[in-house]
Amino acid sequence: MPFEHLLVLSFVLFTLAAAGFLTHKNIIVLLMFAELMLNAANIALVAFSKFSGALEPQVFVLMVFAVAAAEAGVGLAIVILLARSLKTLNIDTVKNLRG
Amino acid sequence: MNDFYPLLKWIILPPLAGFILNGLLGRKFLGEKWGGWLGAAAILAAFIASCLCLSDLLSLPVESRLLRDTLFNWISAGNFSIDFALRFDPLSAVMAMVVTGVSFLIHVYSIGYMRGDKGFNRYFAYLNLFVSFMLILVLADNPILMFVGWEGVGLCSYLLIGFWYEDEKNAAAGKKAFITNRVGDAGFLIGLMLMFGLLASQGIFATDFATLARNVNLLDGKIVLGFGAPTIIGLLMFFGATGKSAQFPLYVWLPDAMAGPTPVSALIHAATMVTAGVYMLARMSFLYALAPRALEAVLVVGCFTAFLGAVIATLQSDIKKVLAYSTISQIGYMFMAVGAGSYAAGVFHLTTHAFFKALLFLAAGSVIHGMSGEQDMFKMGGLSKEMRLTFVLTAAGCLAISGIPPLAGFYSKDLVLEHVHAHGIPILWLTGLATAGLTAYYITRLLILTFLGKKNFATHAHESPLIMTIPMVVLAALALTGGWLGSKYLLTFLDPAAATLSGADPEAHRLMLISVVTALAGIASGFFFTIPVLSEALALKFRFAREVIRNKFYVDEIYEFAIIRPLKWTADSVFFGFVDSDMIDGLMVNGAAKLTYRAGLIIRKVQTGNAQLYALAFTGGLILLLYWIM
Repeated sequence: MPFEHLLVLSFVLFTLAAAGFLTHKNIIVLLMFAELMLNAANIALVAFSKFSGALEPQVFVLMVFAVAAAEAGVGLAIVILLARSLKTLNIDTVKNLRG
Repeated sequence: MNDFYPLLKWIILPPLAGFILNGLLGRKFLGEKWGGWLGAAAILAAFIASCLCLSDLLSLPVESRLLRDTLFNWISAGNFSIDFALRFDPLSAVMAMVVTGVSFLIHVYSIGYMRGDKGFNRYFAYLNLFVSFMLILVLADNPILMFVGWEGVGLCSYLLIGFWYEDEKNAAAGKKAFITNRVGDAGFLIGLMLMFGLLASQGIFATDFATLARNVNLLDGKIVLGFGAPTIIGLLMFFGATGKSAQFPLYVWLPDAMAGPTPVSALIHAATMVTAGVYMLARMSFLYALAPRALEAVLVVGCFTAFLGAVIATLQSDIKKVLAYSTISQIGYMFMAVGAGSYAAGVFHLTTHAFFKALLFLAAGSVIHGMSGEQDMFKMGGLSKEMRLTFVLTAAGCLAISGIPPLAGFYSKDLVLEHVHAHGIPILWLTGLATAGLTAYYITRLLILTFLGKKNFATHAHESPLIMTIPMVVLAALALTGGWLGSKYLLTFLDPAAATLSGADPEAHRLMLISVVTALAGIASGFFFTIPVLSEALALKFRFAREVIRNKFYVDEIYEFAIIRPLKWTADSVFFGFVDSDMIDGLMVNGAAKLTYRAGLIIRKVQTGNAQLYALAFTGGLILLLYWIM
């Protein structure tokens, strides 16, 4: 499998995820799109590792997994609290932080 | 010559120790019983130290009479370095003796005068501090250290004028003296900086008087603002002297300074501090030797002030105000002598004046004490019976200041007039002579209104205690003999070279006769014009002139309108109202706060709270960044 194909896969996945993040309104869906973007980045990192022979990108991948897990944990907790207090999961109704 | 003479600092230290003891422990531990005597003892110690230094100085050969001592290095910046160094030569020796001697007598007098005052220990602390600063001024070996003393005596003058500060009038008088002196000090400082700057550009960094005197000719030929450097430095330093020594145009603070206790007026505002300007000019004589035009200004200003002071003194009714204007006038004489080129004559008159003017002030203090605070001469009269000793002593002082031979004033004033005459401008000499006549007149008027004539008060006056009269007796003895002794020893001691010159003038005897006749005429007119009928008739006839002179030529009012009001207006509306309130507070401090607040009000709209909008902006930014990189 050539190097470029892997990068194109990563790019397409990231773009789709980003587009989804910007267009969907459900907070849980948004979190899932965020995970997808992280994984797109992981594919690019693994591709770099495979074709350069360096091990550092793989270390970063593990790092991203850990961060993504933590983020999902905290994010879901916040989502539950939001849902409890606002009785909705629509991102447009959560505007408490406006200036 | 001796560069390491440790005894010198013991002239300054006892008064300083007296100040610290009286200032810190006075009220609690010393009280009135010990505080006064401690203060006087400190000055006596300084006097004894000066005597010892003087005897060592006299044992040196005439051409190398100089004792120095460096206590420590005070300021050091690169090549420029200033030592805390003291210098004892004939000039500072005379000044130190006069300062410590007269101070001691006045301290003793004060023990009686200030008895029962609730600020008794504070008074002696200030007075001791004054003496130590005065001695620093006199003994300093460089102009910067001299300036320390110069400012220090100014501070003590302020503290003592406003000694009874509960009365706002006294505090205001102190402030006036302090601020007027600051005006002169600015001139002094600028002059000093100019001199040091110009000398440093020639590679001279040392500041002691000997080095300055050796290298002052480097200043010759330098032009500053169209004047020769020595002339403009000389004029600036003389401006400083007009402040401290109450000469025109900065003399206005001295009459108001009479608000202080009378011994303070005698010590600071007659005998010592106000003569510091004369001493400074004598000390800087090497500079003035290169600046004949500056000396001319000194001569003219001195002459004008002498006359002005004497004219105003003729119509004052407050006994201390008469003496204050008389002091202004007499210091004018000293500046005339200096301006005519004879520093020795100036310092000689300074010395005799210190004796007789201190005597007159102490006598006035004795009268005020005896009259329980009354200062208006028209409410006295006939005191010669009740205060016999004070009367005799005042009469001696009056004769001395009038210039009747063989009393002190005759020798010194005559010498001053002789030098002015030799200088060759007749109008100045005539003005000086007229001033001598006026001096004799106003002092006789003072004597008559206070002690002779009929009694103008109901209460009973009492003679002062011995502790006040004995210092006056000593001063009177000095006022009687000081002139003769001075003309015999002081002049040759001060200026071995010039002494042989005096008396060489063939007209000297004629001049002497003229001034004695003038003085006698002044005294006679003093008796004549104080006859009540005559003085009332004259007052009616010359009402306008009388009003002008009584109001001191409205100089205070002119200053009020020409300088103080505009200054206050500028301060209030320009510097406070516009610069401080509007510009600094309004525009800069509050303006910066308002600007960020308003900007925040606008920019906060960007924060909509919509997380997806932030993400969109982030993505757009990222795309722009990528586009810019690639």
